[in-house]
Order: sequence, then C-alpha cells, then structure tokens
Amino acid sequence: MDFALNEQQEMMQTLARDFLSDEYNDKMLKTTVEDETGNMPELWQKLAEVNLTGLAIPEEYGGVGDFLDLIVVLEEMGRACFISPYFTGVVLGASVIIETGSEEQKQKYLPAIAEGKSIVTLALTEETGNYTPDAVSLKAELKGSNYVLNGRKLFVPDALSADYIICATRTKEGITLFIIDINIDGFSITPLKTVSGDKQCEVCLNDIEVGPDSLLGEAGTGWTYLEKVLQKANVARCAEMVGLSQQALNISLDYARERMAFGHPIGAFQSIQHRCADMLMDVDGSRFLTYQAAWRINECLSAAREAAIAKAWVSQASKRVMNSAHQIHGAIGFTQDHILHYYTKKARFNEFSFGDAAFHLEKIGTQ
Amino acid sequence: MDFLFSPEEEAFREEVADFLEKEGPKEWHKKKVSFFDMSGQENWIAVHRDMSQKLGARGWLSLHWPKEYGGQELSPFYRLILREELAKHHCPGYHSLSVDFVAPAILLKGSEELKKRHLPGIASGKVMWCEGLSEPGHGSDMAALETYAKEDGDSYVVNGQKIWTTYAHFADWMFLLARTDRQAQPNYRGLTFFLVDMKTPGITVNPIINMAGHHDFNEVFFDDVRIPKENIVDSVNRGWYVTMAVLDSERTSDLGYAIASTLLDDIVAGAREMGMLDSGDKVRMAELIAECEVARLTHYHVTYMQAQGKDTSYEAAMCKLLGFESIQHVAEFGLKVFRNYGLLSDTSPMAPLYGRISSCYLRSFGHSMEAGTSEIDRDIIAQRGLGLPRLR
Repeated sequence: MDFALNEQQEMMQTLARDFLSDEYNDKMLKTTVEDETGNMPELWQKLAEVNLTGLAIPEEYGGVGDFLDLIVVLEEMGRACFISPYFTGVVLGASVIIETGSEEQKQKYLPAIAEGKSIVTLALTEETGNYTPDAVSLKAELKGSNYVLNGRKLFVPDALSADYIICATRTKEGITLFIIDINIDGFSITPLKTVSGDKQCEVCLNDIEVGPDSLLGEAGTGWTYLEKVLQKANVARCAEMVGLSQQALNISLDYARERMAFGHPIGAFQSIQHRCADMLMDVDGSRFLTYQAAWRINECLSAAREAAIAKAWVSQASKRVMNSAHQIHGAIGFTQDHILHYYTKKARFNEFSFGDAAFHLEKIGTQ
Repeated sequence: MDFLFSPEEEAFREEVADFLEKEGPKEWHKKKVSFFDMSGQENWIAVHRDMSQKLGARGWLSLHWPKEYGGQELSPFYRLILREELAKHHCPGYHSLSVDFVAPAILLKGSEELKKRHLPGIASGKVMWCEGLSEPGHGSDMAALETYAKEDGDSYVVNGQKIWTTYAHFADWMFLLARTDRQAQPNYRGLTFFLVDMKTPGITVNPIINMAGHHDFNEVFFDDVRIPKENIVDSVNRGWYVTMAVLDSERTSDLGYAIASTLLDDIVAGAREMGMLDSGDKVRMAELIAECEVARLTHYHVTYMQAQGKDTSYEAAMCKLLGFESIQHVAEFGLKVFRNYGLLSDTSPMAPLYGRISSCYLRSFGHSMEAGTSEIDRDIIAQRGLGLPRLR
C-alpha cells in the first residue's frame, strides 16, 4: 500500500500547477466561459510546448507519461477551473483512438494530438442524453464499401474546436465507430449554450459518406471499446472534481479566516468549522477513491467497481462541498463577481458528464 | 502509488482466515455477530477471553511491537488485516483497550519494569484492560476530570468516580487518568496515568445497561484505592501527554468500515433470502458500499502514515468518524430493509439475522460518542487539520 505520488507524478503536478497559475487567471476563466469555442489557440500551443497535450499517449506516437500522470494534471486543471478542449482532445478523443485504432490510424491521429495540432472529439449521446448502448441510434448504412451516416448527436463536446469527430453509430452489426474530418460537407454544428462554460454542441450529419478507412475497430464492436473509454473518462472527470472541490475548500478557508462577525473570524465558530471538517473529509475521500480507480486502470486491473464507486461518490461529495462553500461565503459567493460560481457550475457539469451518481449507483448495485 | 497489499500481507490474510474458520466460535459465525454487538451473546466474556488467548498464542496481538518485547516488528497493515478478517469472520477476541491503548502507552512512555511486567500479559491475550478516563461531569472535556490521587509515602491514594468504563466488570487491570495537582494551570498539566489492578481494595464496579440491553458500560468508584508509585506511566503530572500520545492509536484501532461492510453484506444476504430488497434499497445499498469504501481508504491512508512513521492527528479523527458513522448508517439501513421484522428482539424466533438488526441498530447510537464524539472529531479536523482558529 502506498499513497504517495512518485517523482514523475510530483513533477507533473508542479508543472501543471505552475503552468496554470502563470497562464490561466480568473480573467481568462471568465473569457473562456463566455467565449463560444473556449479554445485559446495561443494557450493551446503553450500546452503543447510543455507536452501536456501528449499525456498518456504512448511514446511511439509522440506522447509522454501514463494515465496516472494525466489524472494528476486533471486534478490541477480542476483546481484552476480550467475551461478548454483539453479533456475532449487528450482524454476522450485520444483514448478512443488508442483503444480502437489500427496502426495506420494511430500514426495518423495520435502524433498530431500529442503535438497540439489536432483535436478529436467524441459524438456519443443523442436525444436521451444517456450514456448507454441503447441510446445510440444514429444510422450508418452500407453503400458499396462505404458507409453513409445520417442523424443527430447532442451534447458533443467542443465540436467547434475539433478537427475530427468520432461518431458512435448503429449499423446492422451493432454499435460502430467512425472517425471523420469534421470540416467536410454534411456536418452542421450548433453550439448549445451551457451555464458551466463547457462547450456542448448539437451535431447533425446529413448524408455523410465515409470510406472503410474511417472505421475504428470492427463494425459492431464499438460499445466494448466505449465502455473502457467511458470508464477512463469518468475517473478523469472525478480527478477534475477533486481539484474543483479542493479549491472551493481552500477559498472557503481563506474567507472563514478573514471574515469577521461578532468580533471573531467566522472560522472560529463551530458551525463553520464542522462544515469545513466535512468538506475536508469529502475532498480527501474523493481523492482516495479517484486515485484508487485510476491506479487500477493504469495497472490494467479490473476497475469497473472502483470507477463506478468513485463517480457516484465524488459527484455527490463535490455537490456537498460546493453547497458548503456557498454557505460559508454568504451572499458574496452568490454573485457573478466572485469566482465560486464557476466552480459550482463546472462541478455540476462534471457530475452529469458520462453518467451521474444515480447511474453509477445502479451499476454498483447490480455488480 | 499502490493500492494492493504485498504478497506477504496477502499470505498473512490467508493464514488468519484459515485459522479463524477453524478456531472462531461457530455459533457466532452462524448468527453473524457483529463486533460491537458481542456483549449481546450469552457467555460472551468467556468466548471473548478464549479467542483472545488463541490470537495471543499465535503472536497476533503484538504483531508490530519491537522484537525485544515479543513483537514481530511488522507494519501496522498486519494488524489491520487481522482485524479485517476478524470482522469478516464475526470473531471476538481482539481487546482493543489492551492491545491498542495501554500497550502503546507502556511501550512509548512506560518504565522498563512496567514493560516487562505488563506487555507479556497483553501479548498473550490473558490480561484484559479497561480505560478509566470519562467522569460523570466531564465527558469530552477530559482535561477537567476530578478523580483525585493523593501522594502518600510510596503510593498514591485515589478517590473519585469514573463512568462509561467499558468492560470494567471483567477487566483485570485499568489504566486510570487521575488528578494529582489541583492547582495546575492549564488543568491538563495536573493529570497522571496510573496502572491499577482491578482487584485492589476500594474499587466498586456497578453496571450500566445500554439502550440495546447490553452490559458494556460501568461506573467505577474509587474509595481510598492505593496504587504503588511504580505503576505510574511516564511521570507524575504527565498523564495528559501519555493519553494524547496513544489516542490516535485508539481512534484507529477498531475498523469501523470493516464492521460496517460485514454487517452490510449480512443484511443484504438476509434480505435477499427473505425477498425484502426493493429497488430503493439497492440504491441505498450502493451508496453505503461507496461510503464504506471511503472509510476503508481513509483508514488505509492513516495506516500507511503510521507505517511510514509519520505523526497522525486529524487523519485519525477522520478515520474514526467515517468508520463509526458508516456502521450507524448501515445499521439504520438494516432496520429500513427489514421494517417490522427488523424491530423484533433477538429473543423472537422471527427476528431476521437472529435479532442482529435491532440490536446493531440500537447499539449504533453509541458509535458517534465512544472514543471521542463526532463533534470532537470535527473540531480536531477543523483546528488541527485545517488550522482554523479556536474560539476562546
């Protein structure tokens, strides 16, 4: 049993923390939340320069580090409430290609992602907004050796910033994945304005014809791969939530030490102290669960149970932490002038992303 | 980072599990007796003592002690594994008050003579201890305690009263925190840590029955009880520091999460058999599985810190609070699942799990009070863990 970060992980933690404190301030957070794409090309280039865009991509495709390194960095991104297509490109898009891609496809897409030259998104959910195989109905029909895709995807992350889109479709064999250049004719992309600043889109596919080289994995096997990717994505979302919660606790503590009432800092009152104690237990507990699941994924051990427990618990814990943070801050935390609301909104977004607590509790219950 | 036990630790777990399957009380296993519910069993003291001696004979009550005192100098994870298996096998015998409170106090602060005299009895499981801390007027504010030990030649003479003294009715020895200086400022600097033979004349033990109907607690009266000076651990007026040095060991001794997890498994298995688990119950079950997992990892983290020789403070409070409250939540779940059946007493033939549901539920009210209330734990977490100021 060992709870410590190793040297490499500590290095990644410092790198990410320093990078974000130098390059991403509260003003930029506000800008990225309000911006339609949330993608700052200059910032993205800097991320690539310090190799963060290649995290957890195998070295032979230009990447560095492993999944745990990525988790450490995502926790830091959570702390900074970092809004960018990073999660979409480096966690989602890259993972699908690593899991499903042929050697040729990996050579084509992964080095470009690692170098920060390309963003690949994943179009999975549709009208139901569910992350289950039965929720995928977008049709891909065989036409000669090509496929023709028609239908609508909802809540596609960062489609306006993406160069390629991985689309989960239904073919006669079952769920089938395609990777497609998003700039070809037949796509119509409409941004869905969210409160959290995450860039969600509606993507309509109108008679998009693709060759067999677009197929990721074999036809009908898509869900097997997606299950693995969703497991990683959920744990990655947990890591962000750990960071979000940790920072919400930190700023609440700062406030509780400074804010005076009845001649004392409010942090001296037991009602505030006990809230803070509960917040710390939620933050630490969330971190333990997240790292346990991430470590198991990194070691290629079964992690379905641990990932589901993590996502269920961390989602609920982050909600409790944010609620307490607001209560401690009083009215100021309820305004747009204060930073806290960004954290609350992002935490709620993460909670629903790839299945909420109820969804994962049901998984635990049936395991 | 590593979230698995070492192969040696896993081998130890298997050894323990095999042993407990053969040597554990069969009737208790059948009835799924929970650790904190053991005093509801007939003849339980004899069973507990017998099992304690069996564990002692294996060397399992002194796993992490120094070799010169009969220990094996193993990491605290071995103790944790032993206790996980004891919980899983519904086995008594681990007398935490001896093994994880008085033993570390003697090891850390006791004289060579006290070590030689008392450690073998604890390691063998033959001598059982109780703790004399709480007093009628002073629960959480322990430093204000009043039981007075007056110096008299080569001994001290004690007068006063302790309360909530768990297992005093059968313990062989007590470690007693008593006031030796009434003028000390602050008051905690006037306390001394004594080891007291329970057979000493002048000690009277009266039972207090808890709301589950079990006899764990007692009140203990001291009427001119004479304690030789060599029974002082550390030195006069240093008792507070001895107590503080081992409180974390006490807080991390009983594995709340392991007791809760076993109880949850038993409830679910029993409910499935009776067809009483509805879909709402399954969601709550999943939440409780997650809660036990958080408490488990929090406990592993503290144990990891202890293994690394790091000081723990708020982490131990966190671990106790999460673990013990998880038992409360699971016990409450048991009642909810079995509804009317759950409230049947253990004498009713229709009571599920041999009456464990009602009795664990009723016993669970104590979990947020014993070994430090949840409020004190939260104070510690906020003040020591987060550095929030203390209101004076």
